[in-house]
Amino acid sequence: MALKNERDFAFKSLLLGVLLTLGLMGVSQQSKAEYADIVINNYADAAGMRPAVFPHWFHRIRFRCKVCHADLGFKFKAGGNEITMAKIIDGQFCGACHNGEVAWSVENCAMCHSGIPGTPTHFHGSTLQRLVAPAYKPLDAKKASKK
Amino acid sequence: MKMGGAMNYKNKMMLLVISAVFGLGLAGQVAAGAADGGKPLMLADVSSANTFNLNLKKAKNPNAPPWEDGIHDTANEATFNLQPPLEAYKGLPKTSFGNHVDWVKALDQGLIKPRWDRLDSNEEPFVMDLDIVRPVKASVPDVVFPHRQHTEWLLCSNCHPAIFIPQKGANQINMSAILLGKKCGVCHGKVSFPVETKTCKKCHSKPKPADWKPPLSEATLKNPWK
Repeated sequence: MALKNERDFAFKSLLLGVLLTLGLMGVSQQSKAEYADIVINNYADAAGMRPAVFPHWFHRIRFRCKVCHADLGFKFKAGGNEITMAKIIDGQFCGACHNGEVAWSVENCAMCHSGIPGTPTHFHGSTLQRLVAPAYKPLDAKKASKK
Repeated sequence: MKMGGAMNYKNKMMLLVISAVFGLGLAGQVAAGAADGGKPLMLADVSSANTFNLNLKKAKNPNAPPWEDGIHDTANEATFNLQPPLEAYKGLPKTSFGNHVDWVKALDQGLIKPRWDRLDSNEEPFVMDLDIVRPVKASVPDVVFPHRQHTEWLLCSNCHPAIFIPQKGANQINMSAILLGKKCGVCHGKVSFPVETKTCKKCHSKPKPADWKPPLSEATLKNPWK
């Protein structure tokens, strides 16, 4: 009898632990990406590629904003530049540097196309994102997505 | 008196132990409900929007490496070839917002040397040192806009005339527009320093004169408070 109670208790605490962990995971579903990281998924998902991730922090150490946003014609709008691989291999947008001369060349597909599939185009950590899309998911939404 | 005090303490301890045991039992009951296949009792069957201080959560790992940052796919091998930000930020001046790097200070101190030209690393920017003071109606300090820091990074044509008309009094700016990504918000709040409490005074940096009083609203002027 005592043994059964002990086993019962162990089982119950295990279950409680699992439930608690699941609950906490549901609450803290925030990504910790760098401020100003951009996910670009205009066409990638539809073409069977992972979305591209652009890290502003990495590039601003090497170039002033002006190089891309004035000389190369990147608009100040995430996903608003309609970048395609065809344009890149023609030397436009990313292709102005990612050509094997200034920076590594386009055959390193997975260096840019490294985002989690299905991630929408967004500007990570932007004020607008924090205002209109609070980073939480209801618990039942998580349950539903698991099924 | 002393004896009574001790008893009280003992009583309190007893109560604490009892309530702890009761609490454990209750938690066990909840778990058992789910385990028995009966009516499942959720510990917290509520939206996580109702949790305490949802918006005050501090990122435990603010400059996470790409494979832990939640937007890079860890099933992608190349994710592990990407440089972790902290490796690049070594020795750069720190802040408590954005990338946690003071980019302007880093540039001023020559700790980073970003190119002004795509190919020529010797080309220098045309820097314009002109401060624009913008009076603010509310009680917060007036805004000082420094052209110097901006022309270190950008060309005039990046902002003028599409975002700001280069003429005094021609630009209506308010915080709502900025927060929604217009005017200063085209960059601030996205890539240059974010718009949050910690950064208010970076722009609102010229204190009001000592005798300044907030203007009374029209409703108050018409119906003075008695």
